[in-house]
Amino acid sequence: MVKKIFGQCYIWLILILMYLPVLVLIAFSFTEATNVGEWTGFSFNLFPRLFQSAEIMTALANTVIIAISSSLVATILGSLGAVGAYYSKKRMRNAIDLATQIPVVNAEIVVAFSLTVMFVFIGNIINTYMFSFWTLLIGHVCLSIPFVYTSVKPKLQQMDPSLYEAALDLGASPSQALGKVVVPEIMPGVLSGFLLSITLSLDDFIVTAFTRGSGLLSGDKKIETLSTLVQAKIKKGPIPPEMRALTTVLFVIVILAVIGVTIYRNQQAKKIRVRRAF
Amino acid sequence: MKSNKVKRFFTLQRKYLCIPYIVFFILFIFAPILIIVFYAITNEVYDAATNTTHIVLSGQPFINFFTDPSKINVLFVSLFIATITTLICLLIGFPLAFFLADKQVNKNAVLVTLFVAPMWINFVLRTGATRDLLTWFGINGGTHPYLATIIGMVQNYLPFVILPLYTTMTKLDKSQIEAARDLGANPTQVFFKNIIPQAVPGIVSACLMTFMPTMSSYVISDVLSEGKITLFGNYIELEFTNKAWNDGSFMALIMLLFIAVAMFISQKFGKDDEKEAGTSW
Repeated sequence: MVKKIFGQCYIWLILILMYLPVLVLIAFSFTEATNVGEWTGFSFNLFPRLFQSAEIMTALANTVIIAISSSLVATILGSLGAVGAYYSKKRMRNAIDLATQIPVVNAEIVVAFSLTVMFVFIGNIINTYMFSFWTLLIGHVCLSIPFVYTSVKPKLQQMDPSLYEAALDLGASPSQALGKVVVPEIMPGVLSGFLLSITLSLDDFIVTAFTRGSGLLSGDKKIETLSTLVQAKIKKGPIPPEMRALTTVLFVIVILAVIGVTIYRNQQAKKIRVRRAF
Repeated sequence: MKSNKVKRFFTLQRKYLCIPYIVFFILFIFAPILIIVFYAITNEVYDAATNTTHIVLSGQPFINFFTDPSKINVLFVSLFIATITTLICLLIGFPLAFFLADKQVNKNAVLVTLFVAPMWINFVLRTGATRDLLTWFGINGGTHPYLATIIGMVQNYLPFVILPLYTTMTKLDKSQIEAARDLGANPTQVFFKNIIPQAVPGIVSACLMTFMPTMSSYVISDVLSEGKITLFGNYIELEFTNKAWNDGSFMALIMLLFIAVAMFISQKFGKDDEKEAGTSW
């Protein structure tokens, strides 16, 4: 009993400490003071100010475009890679597995720096400035591609290989069998790889700061994502008031996502229970 | 007979699907690493006679690193901060994972998700939030750079410790623990002689997932110490801003060596835990 109370107190204490900075920021998103810690009266004004701020909205749109495009590329390449590796010879498969581990354990700053040095190197040879949206896209794909591979791989291993053979025996062409049997089987892995890629890309600062050039909604200026914009702001002073409102919006989205995931999981668990009951 | 031939032909086809993946890896993962190795062992020499620069094989980046006290300092400060952060994360995270995995204490899987959820709010924004809060409390980078940086690191990397430890804790062999108790071990003995040895793979991957990113981090140390603490990540960024490709490459190469050691350790002790933690969220 003592253990139970102590354990729960400990869990909640750490949870509150982890959320404290974000919660304080959220509390102060309802006042217009410049600094956290000053309360100048309750107001909702920061929220319209957030949506009117062209700078923040541009950065948000850029962030979303980059996240979706890089995750699509990473998911397609990574899933194809996992399927191809699964059907390759053992030695080849092990080599690909090992190679995939390298960017997983590699430090983000090394990935970013080495890519940048390569782009500078190539740029010097062909005498052009390489940095643009495309170099940024490559950088983000580098970050997420190994995680797509590692989330698709277990699904392939769990798959019943005779299903594919059965499809062939029942008259499906090899590509039909691949599309209608293998693809649905690995779909959960592909989806979780895609979601993981999105979160990695949304959160990234270093690779973006190193590999970006001009383009997207930033026009002739360097592409500004949420991370680079926030970093530029907080280097000079406290978090701008509008960004406190942004934190509140992001927090609400995250909490809704957690609730959604929980409901979905409970339903899945129920389905499994029902299936077992029959 | 015919279907066998078709099958063999297609088996050959299917493995070709990984060609784009391999090409991407060669072009954008391996080639950049080779290029920084190349830059780390060469140097640009300016030739006044022809007004051009040549790339020559040189130990200059190596000498620059080991003779510059500020760079050696960066190495030691990085190791120090990474060690302290890892230890604090383990001290907080180990009992936490233990309680989260204990059905008597926590029946709720949502709590684990809640510990990971802060990772979905932009990381730079969270770092800024921590800094503003600490400034409000009077702990700012100007007065307590080390304290502020370590608080920020722990705050950010704790989820990376909790996940692998939680995965191992849910797999602890309960009957072994009970057997130890029945055989007369007291709770401390059970903890040190049974639970900890069982949790070694989780502990190793938790350490690696905290130590390496802390050493090479840029934003947290830059923001929370207000530029007073320079870690490996900050220094590489500095070399990038100064376009000092050779010296920067040498530092990146040192970082790569640390990573290779980490990879070796994780292969030896970590088993597949890291991957499982990666796919569980």
